[in-house]
Amino acid sequence: MTQIRNLIDENGKRIDGRGADELRTVKITVGAVKNADGSAFIEFGKNKILAAVYGPREVHPKHMALPDRCVLRCRYHMVPFSTDTRKNPAPSRREIEISKVMRESLEPALMLQDYPRAAIDVFVEVLQSDGGSRCAGITAASVALADAGISMHDLVASCAAGKVDNRIVLDINDEEDKEGQADMPVAYMPRLEQVTLLQLDGRLAPEQFDECLEKAIGGCKMVYEIQKQALMQRYFGNETELREEVQ
Amino acid sequence: MSSSKRSTIIVEHLRKQQMWDALSRGKRLDGRDFSETRPLVIETDVIKKANGSARVKLGDTEVIAGVKVDTGEPFEGLENKGALIVSAEVLPTASPYIEPGPPDEEVVELARVVDRGVRESEMIDLEKLVLVPGKIVYTIFVDCSVLNADGNLFDATSYATVAALLTSKLPVFEMQDEKVVDSGNTQPMPVTSVPVSITAARIGDYVLIDPSAEEEACMDSRITITTTEEGFCATQKGYTGSFTPDQIKKAAEAATIKGKDVRAKLKGLEVNNG
Repeated sequence: MTQIRNLIDENGKRIDGRGADELRTVKITVGAVKNADGSAFIEFGKNKILAAVYGPREVHPKHMALPDRCVLRCRYHMVPFSTDTRKNPAPSRREIEISKVMRESLEPALMLQDYPRAAIDVFVEVLQSDGGSRCAGITAASVALADAGISMHDLVASCAAGKVDNRIVLDINDEEDKEGQADMPVAYMPRLEQVTLLQLDGRLAPEQFDECLEKAIGGCKMVYEIQKQALMQRYFGNETELREEVQ
Repeated sequence: MSSSKRSTIIVEHLRKQQMWDALSRGKRLDGRDFSETRPLVIETDVIKKANGSARVKLGDTEVIAGVKVDTGEPFEGLENKGALIVSAEVLPTASPYIEPGPPDEEVVELARVVDRGVRESEMIDLEKLVLVPGKIVYTIFVDCSVLNADGNLFDATSYATVAALLTSKLPVFEMQDEKVVDSGNTQPMPVTSVPVSITAARIGDYVLIDPSAEEEACMDSRITITTTEEGFCATQKGYTGSFTPDQIKKAAEAATIKGKDVRAKLKGLEVNNG
């Protein structure tokens, strides 16, 4: 693709003013949907994404139920006004693929054998899209699953790295995704040191592959801290205040 | 195959113990080493009605790809490039577990991963496929049909796509009185690189290149890595398990080494054709 403008300036700053290793502002609110068993709202740069979890609950249709474990179902969906040009609300092939890789990135973290014959449904709704919506969606869904009290081995944190102006940078935004050279979304379980999502779009030199992977994993570890903080705030936030009042 | 269908493949589950025993001795059930691929046979120009075609056998997995070239409007935002679309379907002939109907998510993923490899490698110089900038461009459809499924559909479909594109004869279209006319001549495809996809499956701590259907039924996770002559261009982790960063780096190394052999084979087709 012909480069229209430089995405990194002479001081090493990116178009949104970030350095190469800087994450966009991430804010996670736990319990954003009242009716859901677990939920989270994430703002990841300009992304605004809602994740809601229902379950474990009865499986419909019943023949989908598994005798030894729970069925995990995932839907990634973009609302029509979330993009620059209106998006047809019907699921696109892109959304079908993302729903699948999202489910497969969350499943290694869940103890599905704890809930035989049941289903857990994860709904991820992109209300406003920016680059890296699948990463933000996985991050929010994982917090929502924890909020629903599902047994988990670890949280799944997700972040992309990529190549922009021949440099490997963390957390690609929309412009960098469209005009940059490569995008590698990764999901990672930091406590278990396991990669649960790995995709790559774009060209990387052999030595850049490892660099990009390591950078993305580093980003996942930063996101992990924000996830834990959000859950602590939701469950222990008031308690700390109360304790202070008592004292 | 969705996971519910997979769980009905009882034979494979019964062989899981046998597979473990073999793997712990450093061998696979079909006698291959961990990094050994199955025999690859590529035939090209098998469908005369297509502008290019290829039939690939990777072990018992068999895929046929056909290229159809036409003209049309460019994609939005890519006004000065020809359009290239790769799609795939798994025919009901391919296995007892496949039913006719709209593509399920596994087939959608297959088509998108193969398309991504070709697109991101910039295999075809699409800027050379423009007739009227912003208005009329060449449209290249590559349709892949899986005839028999015995594991690793990703690589077999990718090789069929690349082989069909490499050996395609592109019709020369011309503009006459603002209309597109087929001149009757052909030209070779403007090829800039040859993408090669290599897929590995992890079963426990073992990482196996080019998994068979039996191995896929036992696998924890799967990874597909596509390389060009210069480096990496696409990756997809699939299935419900995970990988350690080290396993991924080793798979990337294997994809580079194995990719070279397959690339040499694919490039041989191009030479024979030209």
